[in-house]
Amino acid sequence: MLETRNIDFYYGSFHALKNIAMEMEDHTVTAFIGPSGCGKSTFLRLFNRMNDLIPNTRLTGECLIDGEDIYHKSVDVTNLRKRVGMVFQKPNPFPKSIFENVAYGLRVAGISDSRFVAARVEESLKGAALWDEVKDKLKKSAFELSGGQQQRLCIARALAISPSVILMDEPASALDPISTSKIEDLIHILKKDYTIVIVTHNMQQAARVSDKTGFFMLGELVEYNDTKKIFLSPEKEETQNYITGRFG
Amino acid sequence: MSTRLLVNSFTYFIMKHTEKELIALKEEVSEMWRLVLSQLEKVKQAFLSNDVELAREVASREKRVDSFELKIDADCENYIALYNPVAIDLRLVLSLIKISITLERIADFADGIAKYIIDESANPESGDLKEDLQVETIFDAVIEMLSDSYVALESENTRLSGKILAKDETVDEIYRNAVKILAEAIRDKKIDAENGLKTMLVIRKIERIGDHCSNIVEEIVFYIDAKVLKHSRNNA
Repeated sequence: MLETRNIDFYYGSFHALKNIAMEMEDHTVTAFIGPSGCGKSTFLRLFNRMNDLIPNTRLTGECLIDGEDIYHKSVDVTNLRKRVGMVFQKPNPFPKSIFENVAYGLRVAGISDSRFVAARVEESLKGAALWDEVKDKLKKSAFELSGGQQQRLCIARALAISPSVILMDEPASALDPISTSKIEDLIHILKKDYTIVIVTHNMQQAARVSDKTGFFMLGELVEYNDTKKIFLSPEKEETQNYITGRFG
Repeated sequence: MSTRLLVNSFTYFIMKHTEKELIALKEEVSEMWRLVLSQLEKVKQAFLSNDVELAREVASREKRVDSFELKIDADCENYIALYNPVAIDLRLVLSLIKISITLERIADFADGIAKYIIDESANPESGDLKEDLQVETIFDAVIEMLSDSYVALESENTRLSGKILAKDETVDEIYRNAVKILAEAIRDKKIDAENGLKTMLVIRKIERIGDHCSNIVEEIVFYIDAKVLKHSRNNA
């Protein structure tokens, strides 16, 4: 389970996240929505400590995965990122073959058993619903794939290291509707084995893929509830105004 | 911000086009509503005064109500397909679809009563029987329910819902009394059985109009307060 308690986050003097408390159950999809600059991506990146890479930032509060505070001194960030995979807005395959892209994380982890690596690559590509499309061209460059295929390749790359959590930061915003639909179908399938957190600007996508939705505004978590509740009868007027397009 | 009809011109100017479309949809339903209300008022008048001409007018306007239903249905489908409404907008569109279907059914009942008046013009009920059956009172009650629910939607206020739903109890009570009175009249041969049953059907139609008005109120409460009253009122 993912959980945050009293999270405050600052970029220099800018107060980007204000007292965020939230729980996300295992094997669920949680969507974060909100206007640009509201803090949803910042909040997402807390869970694999991506914000650590940004200078002059400060975090207070607790961020827990399965009860363990991931910001505790004893936590190995590399190990954390094995547990928490991430997929970005723009597909970012490495300039390597399709096979090597997926095998990359395993090799970094020091796994050299080629049979194991091959099996894991196949499993991950199947898990990302890409295997049938690439099984005959695994040695070809990842750049030969379409945008949608590249994004699924990045998902396969994230799956290869056997994470328990997958973070997705607008994973379909650069894709056409068919590729978007494949990613959304994939999210439904992956939910059985992973806990997924997705940031999206697409309201309908949030409604389609997620079990729970959190609406952020000006660094605050305005409303967090079942997705059906948020999109049929939200409790807060700000949420309603945002999802109905009356501001934002 | 809600989709109130009563907006000043400046507010309308700065409004998003999706909101303007919603207001137009709501106005269509209001227009249909006014037509159905007028049908009910006319059929009441026709029934109480055995006015066949007025009944014919009601019957002839039934097609206009049907056209409204088809148009609103299509416009709501288009709105959903084009604008993917959510939250209060989705609730409004869903409610408008159901309300227009219900209004059409109410108009069907008015049409049925009008046809009864036309068919039975040579053999009208006596004024005394109509009085005993409280026909005018039950007609007035359902007309009030329909006009109050119109006001509730126009003003986006569900405070009237309790009053409207309570009125349905009155309608049901008049209907139950009418059954007894008519059974007695038939038994005592004050009225022949066929006429008695036909009159019973008219009263039954008015009672059903009351039920439909209650359904409309439930839709308005769903739209405004996001509460589902359907099938819960009897248990409350």
